[in-house]
Amino acid sequence: MSVSTLPADPILERRALVQSTARRSFARRTLVSKVMLGVCGVTLAFCVAILVWIIYLLISNGVQWISVNYLTQDPSTPTVLQPNNVGGIKNAIVGSIVIDGLAIVMAVPIGIVAGLLLAEADNAFVNAIRTTTEVMTGLPSILLGVFVYEILVIKYKLGFSGIAGSVALAILMIPIIMKASEVAVRSVPSSLKEAGLSLGLSKGRVSRRIVVPTATPGLLTAALLATSRAVGETAPLLWLIGATYTTSWDPFKEQSALPISIYQAFLNGISPQLQQSAWGTALVLVTVVLFLNLGSRLAAAYSQRERR
Amino acid sequence: MDSAITVPAPDGVLTDEPIEDPRSGPIAMHLRDVSVSFNNRLAVRDVTFEVPDNKVTALIGPSGSGKTTLLRALNRLHDLTKGAKVQGEILLGDTDLYGKGMHPTLIRTRVGMVFQRPNPFPTMSIYDNVVSGLRFNGIHKKNVLNEAAESALIGAALWDRVKDRLKAHASTLSGGEQQRLCIARALAVEPEVLLMDEPTSALDPISTQRIEELMSELKNRVTVIIVTHNMQQAARVSDLCVFLLMGQDGAGEQIEVAPTRKLFTEPDDPRTLDYIHGRFG
Repeated sequence: MSVSTLPADPILERRALVQSTARRSFARRTLVSKVMLGVCGVTLAFCVAILVWIIYLLISNGVQWISVNYLTQDPSTPTVLQPNNVGGIKNAIVGSIVIDGLAIVMAVPIGIVAGLLLAEADNAFVNAIRTTTEVMTGLPSILLGVFVYEILVIKYKLGFSGIAGSVALAILMIPIIMKASEVAVRSVPSSLKEAGLSLGLSKGRVSRRIVVPTATPGLLTAALLATSRAVGETAPLLWLIGATYTTSWDPFKEQSALPISIYQAFLNGISPQLQQSAWGTALVLVTVVLFLNLGSRLAAAYSQRERR
Repeated sequence: MDSAITVPAPDGVLTDEPIEDPRSGPIAMHLRDVSVSFNNRLAVRDVTFEVPDNKVTALIGPSGSGKTTLLRALNRLHDLTKGAKVQGEILLGDTDLYGKGMHPTLIRTRVGMVFQRPNPFPTMSIYDNVVSGLRFNGIHKKNVLNEAAESALIGAALWDRVKDRLKAHASTLSGGEQQRLCIARALAVEPEVLLMDEPTSALDPISTQRIEELMSELKNRVTVIIVTHNMQQAARVSDLCVFLLMGQDGAGEQIEVAPTRKLFTEPDDPRTLDYIHGRFG
């Protein structure tokens, strides 16, 4: 090494300084990193503990109510002689299926197409829409209930009905789907688009034949996540769907829904048993949400695997 | 290809001077039976060679021959990959890099790395990028940092270009300049060995030429190990060449290790001859 023969080579000096400083501070840095790791662990444990607690409460209080009768009967009123006669939640299950199903039908196509536009077009108009969407995502859901009540239930005389609830939920879902599908579409590498355009395809055809199929897992996840959010929404349904105790498949009639049913059971002044049965409904609702989330992950994983 | 057609040897390798083995001088690193596997699938098998001190050693070979995989074993970057396992012995001086109690963070102050694509820290200025390694290692004295920054930027042939705008963002530099900034960033902690993973593959020819010219200066300061796809580059910049090839089972194997001029003019292995004459790869 010719360099080392020079007297006091600044480079070798600096090398010695860096290595000795690194070694000296190593114990401290290792300690800091262990402490920080501990802090991360504690925060994580905190989140998990709350979730586990909720699930424990749900299962320990709810599982006793789950039975074929509970799922297939309408609610009934407990009496002094039959305090456990709380009936079932068929009305809420049917209502939720109809209301959420219609909300999906309305929100998913609109949300995905609008999300595609957000991702593919870039001008002042689209930017304005994007900002509006972001504001809408933060809108308190109870406001949507007020809005749909004013417009549909009162002004257009639709009355309390499942469809009014569907409209409110769809308005809630659309910005979520838009945002998530924009992200999914943007994550498609632009080299794929350029390859398509270079084959002489129009921009629209590239979107339809290349971008959308590539982004499908993301779009599916967007739809399912928005759905799982809507299934649990209570506030916008409170004064829209009528909250009946009887089962109706007709979205233009009064209906009930799972979260509304929980609300009603908890607030009832009739019997503590009925109040307790809300845990059963909550367990059903959480299970549905869990499966929706699981489904969206599976769907994404499946289409990912298929592609390889 | 018809064997009658002679392919001209790369520039600078045809001289009558006797070939000197760079390994006759001091040795910076010893590799002994180094194997790298991912989830029990072998990617590099039983590589053994010596890295001469203050010289440029080039790892060459076609895609899949394990050049980059081997390089990343030399500063323990595989520690970050789940399922990766490095076997054998890698000595830096007399330190066993994978020895008991050796911590990768300390090793990496001694073995630096420059990557394929320039990756300056985007939120930092040119100056902050260069001294980041020193700061992260606990050196905060202004005059030490200033001296190190100037020395490293001069070492990376970037000083004249940036001395008047050290506070500017790294992203204001061109691709080639960004790569030289990354070289300066690696140099500032004064590592003993600098690993370069195809450092010019994302650069234009002029920037590539600048960095190649830099290499002969760099080796006065640091031992360089460079992975390159480009045989001409290996011939131009390196003193020692390690030729790797993918074996039957997909694992990279060492075919030949020789002083660069020997490897490019009279290789011992016919496969080396085929490769440097462009008959495959």
